[in-house]
Amino acid sequence: MDYLLTEEQQMIKELCHQIAEEKIKPVAAEYDKNEEFPWDIVKVFADSDIFGVYIPEEYGGMGGGVLEMAITTEELSWGCGGIALAFAATGLGTFPILLFANDDQKARYLPDIAAGKKLAAFCITEAEAGSDAGSIKTTAKKDGDHYILNGTKQWITNGSVAETYVVIAMTDKSKGARGASAFIVEKSMEGVSFGKKEDKLGIRGSATCEVILTDVKVPKENLLGREGLGFIVAMKTFDYSRPGVAAQAVGIAQRALDESVKYARERKQFGSSISSFQGIQWMLADMAIQIEAARSLIYSAARLVDSGAKNVAKASAMSKTFASDTAMKVTTDAVQIFGGYGYMKEYPVEKLMRDAKITQIYEGTNQIQRSVIASALIKESLAKK
Amino acid sequence: MKIVVLIKQVPDTTDVKIDPETNTLIREGVDSVINPFDMYAIEEAIRIKEHLGEGEIVVISMGPPQAEVALREAISMGCDEGILVSDRKFAGSDTWATSYTLSRAIKKIGDFKIILCGKQASDGDTAQVGPGVSVHLNIPQVTYVKKIEKLDKDKATVERMTEEGYDIVETPIPVLLTVVKEINEPRLPSLKGKMRAKKAEIPVWTAEDLACEEDKVGLDGSPTRVVKIFTPPPREGGRLLEGEPDEISKELAGLLKDTIIG
Repeated sequence: MDYLLTEEQQMIKELCHQIAEEKIKPVAAEYDKNEEFPWDIVKVFADSDIFGVYIPEEYGGMGGGVLEMAITTEELSWGCGGIALAFAATGLGTFPILLFANDDQKARYLPDIAAGKKLAAFCITEAEAGSDAGSIKTTAKKDGDHYILNGTKQWITNGSVAETYVVIAMTDKSKGARGASAFIVEKSMEGVSFGKKEDKLGIRGSATCEVILTDVKVPKENLLGREGLGFIVAMKTFDYSRPGVAAQAVGIAQRALDESVKYARERKQFGSSISSFQGIQWMLADMAIQIEAARSLIYSAARLVDSGAKNVAKASAMSKTFASDTAMKVTTDAVQIFGGYGYMKEYPVEKLMRDAKITQIYEGTNQIQRSVIASALIKESLAKK
Repeated sequence: MKIVVLIKQVPDTTDVKIDPETNTLIREGVDSVINPFDMYAIEEAIRIKEHLGEGEIVVISMGPPQAEVALREAISMGCDEGILVSDRKFAGSDTWATSYTLSRAIKKIGDFKIILCGKQASDGDTAQVGPGVSVHLNIPQVTYVKKIEKLDKDKATVERMTEEGYDIVETPIPVLLTVVKEINEPRLPSLKGKMRAKKAEIPVWTAEDLACEEDKVGLDGSPTRVVKIFTPPPREGGRLLEGEPDEISKELAGLLKDTIIG
């Protein structure tokens, strides 16, 4: 399949695949087992300029966009969907800065992120608020030149390992979702602490924990955009980041297919390799069809976002939904093809199935995505009248 | 200060097949890579530059025009400049002619302090070109280097691997070092390096550019003649002695007497 990539995009794809193959794949099972953070791989990403692929050149990046981010995430996730998050979740924490920060904020935060010196994270979810951003309980109270932040953010990817956090907090509770604002919070600020590290089903090579804010004094220069823009910041950020989740899903799915084809050729039953059985062949073909379709949808959505088009929420949500559902289906089939071996941790496919599941859940469950898609359809229909 | 790295493009040996008729390498459809041992030389050069915070790394490869790919890869890892030494007149060069030609290229660069090579190439396996270059340049050589301990203005201290352990060698600079895989772990290229490599100009130096003496290059300048290349016959299987320990030990002693003492 030719994805009409530019020479530079092809270069990114090849280098990231090389990193996945040579550096990530050999250690993925170990990080999955011990649930540790892969600092050694983060260093490889940094040394290879990976963190800067979607950051403008003037801030030390490579000048790419969402497509470059997606290509990178896909290839790294082929190696390990958890380890890839050190990169991808940093992207989620960086997009609000790219999209809403002023020049001063960009100059202060982007170069270290592009160079891989600092990881980033995005903090919206709380115990009682996720996609329902209006229910956020974390508060930001104006106090002279500062805002005082209080609250607990939950399930934060890159929590504790990141230095730069974009936090959504309520500056005016009475306004609901329109009373939310976005702040850049640094790990080193007094009052920032981290809660329990989560024991997860999959993506165990990534750090997930609570981010606890106790009277954190954030200078007003760290407010993104203006007060009340928090919900918009979050929604726009997800428009940009969801193709990344989709790419993570497709990377995991592609790995499942590659492992399945290889295994089906090697495994012999009834005197011949199981790849000669039509039952297996049709499964492999269906896996491949779905992966290619998902990838095409991701690249189209990413290109649409990069084109500067105004309404991208629908395309972005479609790519995330389709790719993550595909990953779940494909990895489940991969375990099936491996049979009893597939169920064992000695073989790589059960991990792929565990890693795939989160892509249907985070950055908005696939049910929320369908709501986003449906409301865009209805809006478009209304506009036609 | 200039650091020179000599590299060779070789067939990817993880994928090598031998033509049973001619007993030569089948090169069609086989990817070319930088000689794996030369990757350690490249990495060490980059580390020296990073350590010193200055310097310029010049990579040289002698070979056909497609060896340019290897030079670009070296640049993508962090080398500054690549030079391709290539001329039809160089065809058929043995290790003597090759090391002579490379030494001419290094002289043309001038101002070099350290020359790094892999300990040997994975295709020819001679381990002669590096040392040969040092002789042509009349500078010292240290082979099988596994660590550069200290690097001063006019001397270096290195660890040289031996079968039993290692020697610590102090050598004046300029020096030629051939390195073993224990010395480092080569890095992957970076995206910015790849961009730079794509745009880099790779000059091609010919026999004329290097003012080579005609009778010292190519087949004519090569004292080595390859008479025959063959695959040694596989070792024949051993013999399993069976029976009571008493009988077996006697039989074994007899066999040892016959075969070893004769």
